[in-house]
Amino acid sequence: MRDNPGPAVMAEALVKTYPGDVRALDGLSLAVQPGEVFGLLGPNGAGKSTTIKILTTLARPDSGTATVAGHDVLRAPDRVRRVIGVVAQRSGADPTASGRDNLTLQGRLYGMSGSALRKRVADLLDRFGLTEAAGRAVKTYSGGMQRRLDIALGLVHRPQVLFLDEPTTGLDPEARAAMWAEIARLAADDALAVVLTTHYLDEADRLAARLAIVDSGRIVAEGEPEVLKGELRGDAVHLTLRQAAGTGVLALLGDLPGVRETTVDGVTVSARADDGAAAVPGILAALDRAGVPVAAVTVARPSLDDVYLRYTGRRFDAEKTGAKTGEQTVEVAA
Amino acid sequence: MNIVTQTWWMTHRRLKALFRQPAVLVITLVQPAVWLFLFGALFKRVVELPGFGSSSYLDYLIPGVVVMNAVSANMWSGMGAIDEIERGTLNRFLVAPIRRSAIVNAGVIEAAVSTIVQSLIIVLLGWLAGAEFPGGVGGVAALLAACVLLGTVFNGLSTAMGLAVRQRETIIGLSIFLLLPLTFLSTAFMAKGLMPGWIQHAAAANPVNWAVEIGRTALSADPDWAAMGRLGGGLLVLALALVALSIRSFRGYQKSI
Repeated sequence: MRDNPGPAVMAEALVKTYPGDVRALDGLSLAVQPGEVFGLLGPNGAGKSTTIKILTTLARPDSGTATVAGHDVLRAPDRVRRVIGVVAQRSGADPTASGRDNLTLQGRLYGMSGSALRKRVADLLDRFGLTEAAGRAVKTYSGGMQRRLDIALGLVHRPQVLFLDEPTTGLDPEARAAMWAEIARLAADDALAVVLTTHYLDEADRLAARLAIVDSGRIVAEGEPEVLKGELRGDAVHLTLRQAAGTGVLALLGDLPGVRETTVDGVTVSARADDGAAAVPGILAALDRAGVPVAAVTVARPSLDDVYLRYTGRRFDAEKTGAKTGEQTVEVAA
Repeated sequence: MNIVTQTWWMTHRRLKALFRQPAVLVITLVQPAVWLFLFGALFKRVVELPGFGSSSYLDYLIPGVVVMNAVSANMWSGMGAIDEIERGTLNRFLVAPIRRSAIVNAGVIEAAVSTIVQSLIIVLLGWLAGAEFPGGVGGVAALLAACVLLGTVFNGLSTAMGLAVRQRETIIGLSIFLLLPLTFLSTAFMAKGLMPGWIQHAAAANPVNWAVEIGRTALSADPDWAAMGRLGGGLLVLALALVALSIRSFRGYQKSI
């Protein structure tokens, strides 16, 4: 079963609409190869979790098809369930039961028993640093310990594909770093494909061998993080204006030699330049002549944030806070 | 793994959780104890009313209080369903290779076990206080069976509500709206012949009353087996209908996610 030559996950043209005409997925397609860590990156509400729900047989798409380890999620959900491990956003561990009891029950649900199960549970407790706390109720665990237990729960039955839905959301920096190390270790297992969703750019950059950027229910870019960044050709120049500017800025900067792909989002103006440092004086002079005061300038090597900007036309951070966009529209109107 | 093994492990999990906190089982028995010993003492002389047809109010009350407890305890099952949804536990089981009916069955079996344990404790408390059960062990068993069926009805109703509405207030409202009215529209506290005519009619159609009547005749010296069969059959049909409803509400839940 493990030498299945096809992709670990294949989704084609998934569409999912929720009541109230909310289109969560709008023709999403993706492929994940066996043994790779695949990142789904996008802001909240982009469709990442809906994708995971469909691939893990929890939700049904309105249309489109998907297979996991060669099994169709709609026609053979039970076969899919046997070969996947799921670490959802909400833990799902029983808080009054001990870590060991949670793991043991999980193994039993997948048909494991006896000494093989006991050994597997002991190995996982050991590997995730939970041996000492194994007999304690899960509600006494720290956030990081609970999350490690969640991953152990997803691995008990040795799945071929592990789904991690926002595994580090809500963790403190130390616990997040530990979780990253853990996920990196999972990546070393050639038999295991990992599908990871995140709304942290640095997390996707660091962990995913390949990633897809999800925007409004579809994939807008897909590839290795380095390749995606390389496609941007040149440095990113970000300017923060003292007040929101209209689209007039676009024409102003578009005329400058060596400056490309200018976008404006409220007080933030972004552009791309072959040599960022050399382009800055020209940009500042042009804005100064037009009477647009600048508060700050940064020049950086391309980041995933820039990749996101290029494919969606919006900056990633502005998306997450949500309210910001509305605020800026008001400013422009005033 | 077949459905029986799956049901067993899902039930095992719930029973372990139940017996991990035995105090909860005991605390929920404070209410029935109040009905039995305070209410029972307060209305002790009610049996002197002509036509009441019983000599000890404690004897009379026991089936009523046991049945009332079965209703009230099972009406909270929707809370558990909401907890499991919010914690993500339900989704964890839904993505595991187990049947949905194993999840539902486990809930029904857990409810039955806790109903039996609580009912037995109430019967025992009554016995220690001097109540008499001419119907003996068989009578108690029939009372327990009626409580399990009635408990399944309200367990199914509450679970279905929890899965459909996912609001704790609804479960609390369900309990407030149903528990006392259904209990007062039955012979739990007052003999049938002494109730107003309209309540007698309402009681005839009230499943809570069916269970009380089964328990009372079963515990008497001369049980009316025909009536027990008829009322028990009615409870069984209702219980199966409500289990079917809660399985449906699982499907509804899954459509909404």
